[in-house]
Amino acid sequence: MMRLIADNKHLSFGTAIIVLLLVFSMGGGVVVTRDMADVGAGRPSKPPTLEHLLGTDQQGRDVLADLMFGTPASLKIGLIAGVLGVFFGTILGLVAGYFGGFVDASIRLVTDVFLTIPSLLILVVVASLVRVVSVEEMALLIAALSWMWPTRAVRAQSLTIRERMYVQVARFSGTSHWRIIVFELLPNLLPYIAASLVGTISGAILVSIGLSTLGLGPQNEPSLGLTIYWAIYYGALIRQLWWWFMPPIFIIVLLFMGLFLISSGLDRIANPRLRTTI
Amino acid sequence: MTIGFLLRRLGIFCLIVFAAATINFMVPRLRPTNPIESRLYELAAQGGVRVGQIKEMVRIYNEKFGFDKPLYVQYANYWIDLAHGDMGTSISFYPASVRAEIMRAAPWTIGLLTVATLLSFGVGSILGALMAWPKVGPYVSFLVPIFMTLSAIPYYLLGIVMIYTFALVWPILPTSAAYSSGKNLEWSLDMILDIAKHAVLPAGSIILTGIGGWGLGMRAMMVTIMGEDYMNMAESKGLRPRTIFFRYALRNAVLPQVTSLAISLAHIMSGAVVVEVIFAYPGVGYLLFRAISGNDYFLIQGIVLFIILSIGIALLTLDLLYPLIDPRIRYGKN
Repeated sequence: MMRLIADNKHLSFGTAIIVLLLVFSMGGGVVVTRDMADVGAGRPSKPPTLEHLLGTDQQGRDVLADLMFGTPASLKIGLIAGVLGVFFGTILGLVAGYFGGFVDASIRLVTDVFLTIPSLLILVVVASLVRVVSVEEMALLIAALSWMWPTRAVRAQSLTIRERMYVQVARFSGTSHWRIIVFELLPNLLPYIAASLVGTISGAILVSIGLSTLGLGPQNEPSLGLTIYWAIYYGALIRQLWWWFMPPIFIIVLLFMGLFLISSGLDRIANPRLRTTI
Repeated sequence: MTIGFLLRRLGIFCLIVFAAATINFMVPRLRPTNPIESRLYELAAQGGVRVGQIKEMVRIYNEKFGFDKPLYVQYANYWIDLAHGDMGTSISFYPASVRAEIMRAAPWTIGLLTVATLLSFGVGSILGALMAWPKVGPYVSFLVPIFMTLSAIPYYLLGIVMIYTFALVWPILPTSAAYSSGKNLEWSLDMILDIAKHAVLPAGSIILTGIGGWGLGMRAMMVTIMGEDYMNMAESKGLRPRTIFFRYALRNAVLPQVTSLAISLAHIMSGAVVVEVIFAYPGVGYLLFRAISGNDYFLIQGIVLFIILSIGIALLTLDLLYPLIDPRIRYGKN
């Protein structure tokens, strides 16, 4: 498997970026201490110096410390929401694809209706009503609206796999539906589930950062979107305090690029024809 | 186009509207306190009011807005009001009606989004198709990593970077709003140029990120199509490459792309909300943000409903366009 990753340039590059970010987020506690990310840790709005490698923000937080503790928070939300979303999506997709008929039609209808509704919008409304959210609550909220894509992808594949010979054979030999789903369908779906997972995690992080940027995320713990929210709130743009808002944006872009490359790499494994192009 | 097809699409549309309106109705009512109460308590905390009097005010307002009636009666009233196009009165912009506020903000959002989406979809798709085409490919291949980077960046973050670069460090474009303050909103050339100048950055951030996404998708689509048998057939028939490109490859790639467009409408809308907030662009997204800050739940409800309705209508339009693009759909599916 290591060879598979090494040969596939996209996958290796993307994984490298994500590993880099993980190392960065584990730097909290080693390079900087937790209290450096609190209000009043240093003199406000100072550009980078040796003491504060990325400067400080308006409220005196060390920006580097803020980012080092904020990155794992964003990653955590993405991971929880992504895994939950894919979990429920896979179950729904399998049921819809395998059983077909009325069950399929109704699941498909519900999925399509929810796909039309902009999830960020609903989340903005719900978050504004619930007001104070913890990291875990936010992950749950986002998960509730991210199961649609995995359901579609898994359902499409289940429909195809269901018609294959070995599944027919299993049915004729009297295997129960449940055993067929778990032992015949599921193993063949793993590449698609993996691809959905990366996509869903990516989408979840996007939504969580968007919500935090609007001020609707967890306010007590540092997170990437929250840093940007405070930067906008205190007019960092106009005051050209580039060390405050550029680093979080850079980290976020890096994060998405890494996830994108991983999913692009996975695509190439699934669709060999793409390998000949860049 | 069969009647069955049309009815089915209309049916889904109605279902979407119904689901959206119901969710819209339920979500704010999930909280134990209603917004009138919390608003009044908020005002009371600012001034000094006797508690007993506040309770009386709350009771009167509850009666006026119908919050004291049982839930199913409220729901019925909700639908009756909607049927009349009455979305209530805004709390934070009192006495303006919700409908007036939304109608004022809607043209900005619709204008911005339509232009940005069409441009990014059109340009992105053509570039993406060219990237996959053998002869032209190498000349535009430098775009691939650029597109990959662009597609990974969320709209609003690119917006922030663009404000910084083009409006502050190198001030050639305005930082926010849709038109310069102090000017009258009229149809003069001066005004139109001003609006265009203000729209460059917001639209630009949406377009740049969009082009990346559509380009890469189109490219993947074209790569798959180029392996199809009919492409071989066209080439062995001796058709010109340009003919094959436009009439065989591009035409077949367009349908899944349009499907992607339909599916990503919701995503585009969500991104636009944050972009509008960052640029203080007076569209529906910015209005929503202000409504949330002001706890104006009638306005929030109205905006969410409006947005979902717009997306539903756009989807319906796209769905009705499919049979025109792909004749296989026109003559029925089996």
